[in-house]
Amino acid sequence: MPTTTIAETTEICYHCGENCDHSIKAEEKFFCCEGCRQVFLLLNENDLCNYYDLDKNPGIRAKGRFVSGRFDYLDDPSIIRKLTRFTDGKQTHVVFSLPQMHCASCIWLLENLHKIHPGIISSKANFQRKEVFIIFDEALTSLKKIVGLLAFTGYEPYISLQDEEAKKPVSYNRKYIYRIGVAGFCFGNIMMLSFPEYFSSGNIEQKGLKEVFSYLNLTLSLPVIFFSASEFFVSAWKGLRQKWLNIDAPIALAILVAFGRSVYEIISGTGPGYLDSMSGIVFFMLIGRWFQNKTYDSFSFDRDYKSYFPLGVTVIKEGTEKNIPVSSLIKGDRILVRNEEMIPADAVLMSPEGNIDYSFVSGENTPVLKRKGELIYAGGKQSGGAIELDVVTPASGSYITQLWNNEIFHNRKNQDKSFIHPWSRYFTYALFTIALLAGTYWYNTDPSRVWPVITSVLIVACPCSLLLSATFTYGNMLRIFGKNKMYLKNAGVIETLGKIDTLVFDKTGTITHNQSAIVRYEGEALNATELNIIKTVSRQSSHPLSKIISSDLQKRNSDRFLQVNGFREFAGMGVEASVADITVRLGSSPFARFITEKDFTTEDTGTHIYVSLNGELKGNFTVSNDYRPGLRQVAEELEKDGYNLHLLSGDNNHERKNLEELLGTEVPMLFRQSPQQKLDYIKSLQDQGKKVLMLGDGLNDAGALQQSDAGIAVSDDTNLFSPASDAILHGSKIGQFGRLLRFARSGKPIVTLSFILSILYNIVGLGFATQGLLSPLVAAILMPASSISIVIFVTLASSFSARMKGLEA
Amino acid sequence: MSVFFILISASILIAGGFLLAFLWSVKNGQFDDDYTPSVRMLFDDKPAREKNTTSTPSINQTNP
Repeated sequence: MPTTTIAETTEICYHCGENCDHSIKAEEKFFCCEGCRQVFLLLNENDLCNYYDLDKNPGIRAKGRFVSGRFDYLDDPSIIRKLTRFTDGKQTHVVFSLPQMHCASCIWLLENLHKIHPGIISSKANFQRKEVFIIFDEALTSLKKIVGLLAFTGYEPYISLQDEEAKKPVSYNRKYIYRIGVAGFCFGNIMMLSFPEYFSSGNIEQKGLKEVFSYLNLTLSLPVIFFSASEFFVSAWKGLRQKWLNIDAPIALAILVAFGRSVYEIISGTGPGYLDSMSGIVFFMLIGRWFQNKTYDSFSFDRDYKSYFPLGVTVIKEGTEKNIPVSSLIKGDRILVRNEEMIPADAVLMSPEGNIDYSFVSGENTPVLKRKGELIYAGGKQSGGAIELDVVTPASGSYITQLWNNEIFHNRKNQDKSFIHPWSRYFTYALFTIALLAGTYWYNTDPSRVWPVITSVLIVACPCSLLLSATFTYGNMLRIFGKNKMYLKNAGVIETLGKIDTLVFDKTGTITHNQSAIVRYEGEALNATELNIIKTVSRQSSHPLSKIISSDLQKRNSDRFLQVNGFREFAGMGVEASVADITVRLGSSPFARFITEKDFTTEDTGTHIYVSLNGELKGNFTVSNDYRPGLRQVAEELEKDGYNLHLLSGDNNHERKNLEELLGTEVPMLFRQSPQQKLDYIKSLQDQGKKVLMLGDGLNDAGALQQSDAGIAVSDDTNLFSPASDAILHGSKIGQFGRLLRFARSGKPIVTLSFILSILYNIVGLGFATQGLLSPLVAAILMPASSISIVIFVTLASSFSARMKGLEA
Repeated sequence: MSVFFILISASILIAGGFLLAFLWSVKNGQFDDDYTPSVRMLFDDKPAREKNTTSTPSINQTNP
């Protein structure tokens, strides 16, 4: 039996690890496809097989991705100029984003490109940013050839209009690293130089030594005040100008008071000041900010449609093909779009027919058959042979990009300001009251101590511990979310997630697998030959459903295709063909039964395909969505937690029954929703006072993601493109979503607890300060001790909370 | 006791040297990528096999 022999001899591809048979081999190794074999041969020829030793089957399947002329637009000098970072005619520097980079082998191969191609002088990979920096010699190679080589080996660079327009800035993190470094240096040295003072309780015998220490400290504190701490002053000032007292304002005040009092003490020779405590606290707060802002370099959270659109397009002018940048496409241009390429502009089909996959734009699961003369909207992908189209509206004004003209994309998302800001305000009011009361008391008992007491109160009780609690809690939570494959844009999203009460799901690609479908057969059992016949016939048809059936049958039966005679396609009904003297009909039920009722209604033809052999009805195939595992459970969990669930789909409603089974019957479900309708639906929920979270994928959800309070893009390959969102969730983790939300809600209680802890420290500190007993030594012990214990507490608490909720920590 | 002053200035100088080294390393990009170098250092450098440099490698296949 052919099916069993296949099973016994299944091998995995030496290059990419896919299942394969014995038909394609080289050097005693088996490959799933010619593409993989070619890559292996190339690497083997250049002595780069180390690639296969570092990781097992590290390759990326290259099958069918390669079309000649695809990168021709990279010969365009204006595009070359935009993509290269530097060139002197000899050496050219270019940075490519390679989302496929996934293992040590990738790094190794990408850094050994010069061994394959002599024109490449050097290449350096950055794994976290998923980028490769290539220096090449323009005399020996070209940008197009390098991109071709990368694509050939499976690492096709991600090039988009957006990169072209705004090159990625150099890592933003450096700013913090500089500041932390300087603050740490000054803090350590000031601390060390203050020791003699502390241990001799202020009586240093050596004349002049005390002054040297003090002035050195003062000098060392200047970089802390003017460089490291500058962001607190800037932020406080910005807040005050907008009449908004943020947490940085009291912090800036405390830093200034500590610095001012220290300067006074040093100059007047009355004491050493609090410079060590001050620089220490700046140091810790900067670390907290840096930790919280450590985001995911390789992800982009604010892509718009331009990132999805191709950079170049083939234009046919007077019979010759020419590649031009998409941006210079004008109305009336005749364009050529090949298999798997995206149509970059609204255009009229000029070829006899095209098979357009709109899943990206509309969420519709299956490709649509379009005939000559039909208008095709930008964003569709052609599957099948190359087609020619006449441009009606260029990319920037096309139907799909109109969504981006909605004002929601121009206003920055109105994120709620963190609760720590109002808290810090209450804290500040309380602090001023205490300072005032203490000042009044001392004014009546010992007026000389009024100012020392007031300043010590302000120094010791700055809300820095509140800032530390928040930054370290959220920083650690971001890390834990990332470990569980949910990548948040920033820490503010955690608080927003905690306030959500309504969840809106998209269907296609979000709760279903994007590219796969389940095919079920009902009816009389088919033998291997019959299966093969049906497979052969369905392969002939370009109808999306027959394609799905054909590829599904291929998995069960990999026999050779048979000879087909008399293939005929009946529009809207089905196909007929004769294979091995058997007449096969595939299509709607009446069609397959040879009932020639002209007026039969196409009831729900979307899902069932009937099959008949020699006029005898055998059964039918049902094509249904392949839902992600764990969906039912997560829906139950979410409903139990009190969330309202909604479903919005761009697809038709033939899946309603399955969806009701999965999500529950009381979930509102809307089908055939356009991107704009989705956005409006979210808005109407928000108008009812709901806090809405949207889960979606693809361009069709982009508006809704942007409109929602928290938009989460679901993606099976987080390295690939996802629309602008607040977070990216890996598709396989949908089942964990309930737990992730619970974890997000635990953020505020943890910050609150650690804030209470810091209040206790503050009470101790204030106890010293109001009595006028706050010596620099007490401050120097109290401040680092409280900071460090708070950091330890919130880190442990948030990790513990994640474990309690069944997440990896 | 003036030895104190010498020692203090020496210690500040040394510490300052380290600070400069740190700033230089940040500027040089050593903190931009804290993962790839840890992988890179484990790669073995195999001695390059004698290769026919005139043969244009299979890059031509990129445009079949």
